[in-house]
Amino acid sequence: MTSALRLPRSTLLRHALFFVPVAALLIASTYLLSAFWNYNLAEVAIFAIAAAGLTVLTGINGQLSLGHGALMAVGAYTTSLLLKLQPGFPFVLTLVAAIVTTGLTGGIIGVAAARLRGPYLAGATLALAVGLPQVAIHFGSVLGGNQGLNVASPQPPASLGASFPQEQWLAWIAIIGAVLTLFLLANLVHGATGRTMRAVHDDETAARLAGIDVGRVQVVAFVVSASCAGLAGSLFAYWAGITAPTGFGLQLSLQLLSAIVIGGLGSLWGAVWGSIILVVLPVWTSNLAGSLNLSSDVTNNLPLAIYGAVLVLAMLVLPRGIQGTLVALVRSAHHMLTRRHLYQRTAEADL
Amino acid sequence: LRTFLILTVDGVTNGFIYAIVALALVMIWRATRVVNYAQGAMGMFTTYIALYAISHGVTYWLAFVIAVSAGFVLGAGIERLVVRPVESRPALNVVILTLGLLILLEALAPMMFGGQVKSFPAPFSRVDLSAGGTQLFVSPFDIFVVGAVLTAMVGLLLFFQRTTIGLRMRAAAFGPEISRLLGIRVGRMLMLGWGIAAALGALAGLLIAPAIFLYPNNMDEVLVFGFTGAILGGLDSPVGAVAGAILVGLGLSYVGGYVGSDLETIGGLVILIAVLMVRPQGLFATRRHRLA
Repeated sequence: MTSALRLPRSTLLRHALFFVPVAALLIASTYLLSAFWNYNLAEVAIFAIAAAGLTVLTGINGQLSLGHGALMAVGAYTTSLLLKLQPGFPFVLTLVAAIVTTGLTGGIIGVAAARLRGPYLAGATLALAVGLPQVAIHFGSVLGGNQGLNVASPQPPASLGASFPQEQWLAWIAIIGAVLTLFLLANLVHGATGRTMRAVHDDETAARLAGIDVGRVQVVAFVVSASCAGLAGSLFAYWAGITAPTGFGLQLSLQLLSAIVIGGLGSLWGAVWGSIILVVLPVWTSNLAGSLNLSSDVTNNLPLAIYGAVLVLAMLVLPRGIQGTLVALVRSAHHMLTRRHLYQRTAEADL
Repeated sequence: LRTFLILTVDGVTNGFIYAIVALALVMIWRATRVVNYAQGAMGMFTTYIALYAISHGVTYWLAFVIAVSAGFVLGAGIERLVVRPVESRPALNVVILTLGLLILLEALAPMMFGGQVKSFPAPFSRVDLSAGGTQLFVSPFDIFVVGAVLTAMVGLLLFFQRTTIGLRMRAAAFGPEISRLLGIRVGRMLMLGWGIAAALGALAGLLIAPAIFLYPNNMDEVLVFGFTGAILGGLDSPVGAVAGAILVGLGLSYVGGYVGSDLETIGGLVILIAVLMVRPQGLFATRRHRLA
């Protein structure tokens, strides 16, 4: 039986066998969802792209970044500025441009970051998260200042029919982007590059002794991670319809980081779980707060308070995140089952 | 020259406030190898408590004492209740925990005290002094800020160098295992350290609030600049943290005054990156094996 179900040897093929049906399933599910949830699904997919990139950098390569929101801003502004200057610019090329500029930015930051460790890196990226949005305000004439730049929504192709909903098309684009990103990252992480990244994370000195160029690996991780943030930022600009400094504040960076830790650090699955929580939890809590009939100060801040409390509690109760806990559960269930088999076998043998 | 003087005074005054946040961060870092990102939010929360007391007829000075004591209790409580259980976990978990506390406190404050921006009283005039017709660019409140911070610093120095508890705290931070064998109650020392650090944060909150007003995330930038200062000076060195923070204050003030106020934070970032490229462990860190 096992031989019939054996998965292909090639990692690329095995991942493709998994990701293609998942993409098809997700796209099919958009037909069942309301416009509101399609919009949220698109947001989950966008966050998953950025969070997966951050997972490669922080979870696998061990470099803490508190500034990924700023990198998303680079991507979003690249796309928005392109569309402002050239309104008819092809959609896919605006995404590619965002990926390239953010990847380059990430490369520059990565060269600086390769010299920094632990809290020093955290501090530098934190300053980046706070400082970079201010550039958009200073160069207001080009980048729109506090008002930001408007971005026209991508129009669904005519072949889908004139009445095809905008939100659903947005969800399709984001899903395809997310699945493609996760597919590429899964290959990267399970290949040689991922192995060297993990080696650098576990023990820098040992990695260096094994002939790994630690600085280079760290810069590569930053470029990969930033490129993902750039794609996410670009899609975020289309999703939000506007690119303004307030959308890319410190909060965004912290949300991304908390998502990958709550989801389960070091696993791409964790990035997906974390992104779902990031989007769905506020929807639930604001519905809850709205239904409780409290004063506006309480209603407006309750979702944030719950989010903060969830972060604290998750670290106390689920230190390995959702994915880590799931894996542990599956493992212990498996363990119990196999042990029962063992007992049965020894019992039969005794008879 | 006039602008230069004004900017210098501004920079030094702000720098002293960043310095006290930096000092609090360094204290906690040395003791528990944790960067407390909730430091600023804790100071914000205690400032709200002070304002609540003042609006109920309490004098400024009593409210001042209440806020600093509340900070101490808050800090010690947080260490005991939520930080200690995660101490042995990966460093990133503690980072997320303090970020969670930051978000929680910033949401609780408007829920309890109301969300609108509030002004906070200053105990002394904020109008610049003048002596014999020449303006001095220094207000009585500026002098109070610098004086209060210096008092706190000297007090801390004496506490750590001259008292038994101070010695025990240093020992607990330096070598927890050996200290424990020598009969020092390390857990209690850590609690005390967090309490003192949070009291410093409360002081910073009280001193900055008259200038920047009081609202739930009014301390975010103060925390970032205090952190920047601490990193600039080296997270292991209290003297470095103070010097680094004053440097950050001056740097931001000059960038804001001469280049453009929008670019203040980006200016701070450039300074930070430039210094870290030359000295990745900060200006004042002694070269030794990194512990984290």
